[in-house]
Amino acid sequence: MDNHRLDRSPAKLLAVDANGAVRHLPRTRLSSVFSAGDLIVANDAATLPASLVGHHCASREPIEVRLAAWVSHHNLREFAAIAFGSGDHSTRTEDRSPPPPLAPGDRLSLGPLTAVIERLLDHPRLFRLRLSCDSATILAGLAQHGRPIQYAHIPEPLALWDVWTRIAADPIAFEAPSAGFAFDWRTLAAWRQRGICFTTLTHAAGISSTGDPALDARLPFDEPYHIPERTAAAIAHARSRGARIIAIGTSVVRALESAADAVGSIPPGHGIARGRIGRQTPLRTVDALLTGVHQTGDSHFELLRAFASDAVLATVSEAFRAWDYQPHEFGDSLLIERQRRARHQA
Amino acid sequence: MANDIDLQDLRVAVTGGTSGLGLALVRLLTGRGARVAFVARGAQTVRHIAGATGAVGIVGDVGNKHDTYPVAMQITGNLGGLDALINNASALGPTPLALLADTQCEELEQALAVNLIGPFRLTKALFGALAASAGAGRGAVVINISSDAAVNAYSCWGAYGASKAALRHMTAIWAEEAKMERISFLSLDPGDMDTPLHALAIPDADPTTLKRPDRAAMEIVTALLAALPNYAVRAVAEQQ
Repeated sequence: MDNHRLDRSPAKLLAVDANGAVRHLPRTRLSSVFSAGDLIVANDAATLPASLVGHHCASREPIEVRLAAWVSHHNLREFAAIAFGSGDHSTRTEDRSPPPPLAPGDRLSLGPLTAVIERLLDHPRLFRLRLSCDSATILAGLAQHGRPIQYAHIPEPLALWDVWTRIAADPIAFEAPSAGFAFDWRTLAAWRQRGICFTTLTHAAGISSTGDPALDARLPFDEPYHIPERTAAAIAHARSRGARIIAIGTSVVRALESAADAVGSIPPGHGIARGRIGRQTPLRTVDALLTGVHQTGDSHFELLRAFASDAVLATVSEAFRAWDYQPHEFGDSLLIERQRRARHQA
Repeated sequence: MANDIDLQDLRVAVTGGTSGLGLALVRLLTGRGARVAFVARGAQTVRHIAGATGAVGIVGDVGNKHDTYPVAMQITGNLGGLDALINNASALGPTPLALLADTQCEELEQALAVNLIGPFRLTKALFGALAASAGAGRGAVVINISSDAAVNAYSCWGAYGASKAALRHMTAIWAEEAKMERISFLSLDPGDMDTPLHALAIPDADPTTLKRPDRAAMEIVTALLAALPNYAVRAVAEQQ
């Protein structure tokens, strides 16, 4: 399946302009909604094979561990993780059996890797785990035994090549920054020819769904990001000439709005995006967002409330439904501009 | 290459890093302080070379597509990015060397898998990391190890020569396409070397007439550095 799902035909794009006007396009016409001078910012994180099956050593019960967040940047020995019991991704996460009771000190045998539960994180399925070997051995173990995190809407097992975008570089994301499936190198060349600027940051997109309402309410977990100097400079240049800054994916919005100071300037460097972006979040930097098709209530959809009013988003949801937009990470796309009213409120 | 150039900021991946030219490259680069990851099939040999050189050893088969992304992930995960990829791992085809009319289809397929499609897959998987390095001003370069058999029609070298010719042309095309991303692509022929691969092809060759792999490695690293802006500037400055 080394063809990326962007090649499937024909992906749809719902474009919402700054006045709330909605139009439908084939996603192949994505470039037509951009203008010369726009700055497009994408997340170039590659995705780890963060799902590890094995067993809970004390009970011998099967377990699936999903690495969900970094404890500290690039420290491969410690992760926040969630667990399921028996079964696999083909069962909806909501319907998965729970893991055996977990306690600090419990050992988990995960193929070539052995993990120890350091402590539970205020939930029986969420914990901090520690791997005791060196980074190279951990990466080799993940490479050999890990699988991409995936959900029941795609039954066939995904390989890493399915979840790496064309620009995937540093493997720090737990789930694919999937808005990046909407473009390829040819697209970037076409943008460049039209004077549309493009740059990247690296954001460790975390787990998007746990199947547990209490855990889902805590998403997204803290996510480290890195904004290169060239990207900060490109954003400053774009802002100085009044150009639009367009985020490819909610992870880019989280990184930029986390990094932005009160007037929207972006310093280069490392940071951690914390908490949710939503209705009350003033957008200081991002003018538009290309994202997937999300459903009311999930954290990605709630982030859209920073861009548009409930009325506009109700129209968007209705359009998704009426035109059969595909909601998953390899599905259709939404481009939404920050609404004029929202901009003034910010 | 000047002997005192410090390469500790350089991140390089070498396939086929446990023997011949690949091993010489790993030794040379780690000896100059570069951060190196190498790929080879034999777990025990990989561990031994990693321990001896300080490079990161990755067990994988360039000719197996299922290894490509797991290998790419380990390269960038261990090195924190990638400035240079050296696709060095090579398969000879049938041994003893055979006329094309005597070559099994599977032997040609295996030569193509290792010498052409493997480098294509790994380069594609690492293209984002290379583009990130180029975008950061570090430069980025892919070196595909070629052969005079890619250009000349030697009897009995059909599988190897055809696969290396295809690799050479793919390199030339990718060099054109990747200019936009400022990634350099080089096809380099190291010459006839005293390596296990050469011994497999021509068992009775006189090793004293063959190039030493460490000399070829020096030439390749010189070309590699010349393609990277930070080192090219330094090399010119040191020549003046």
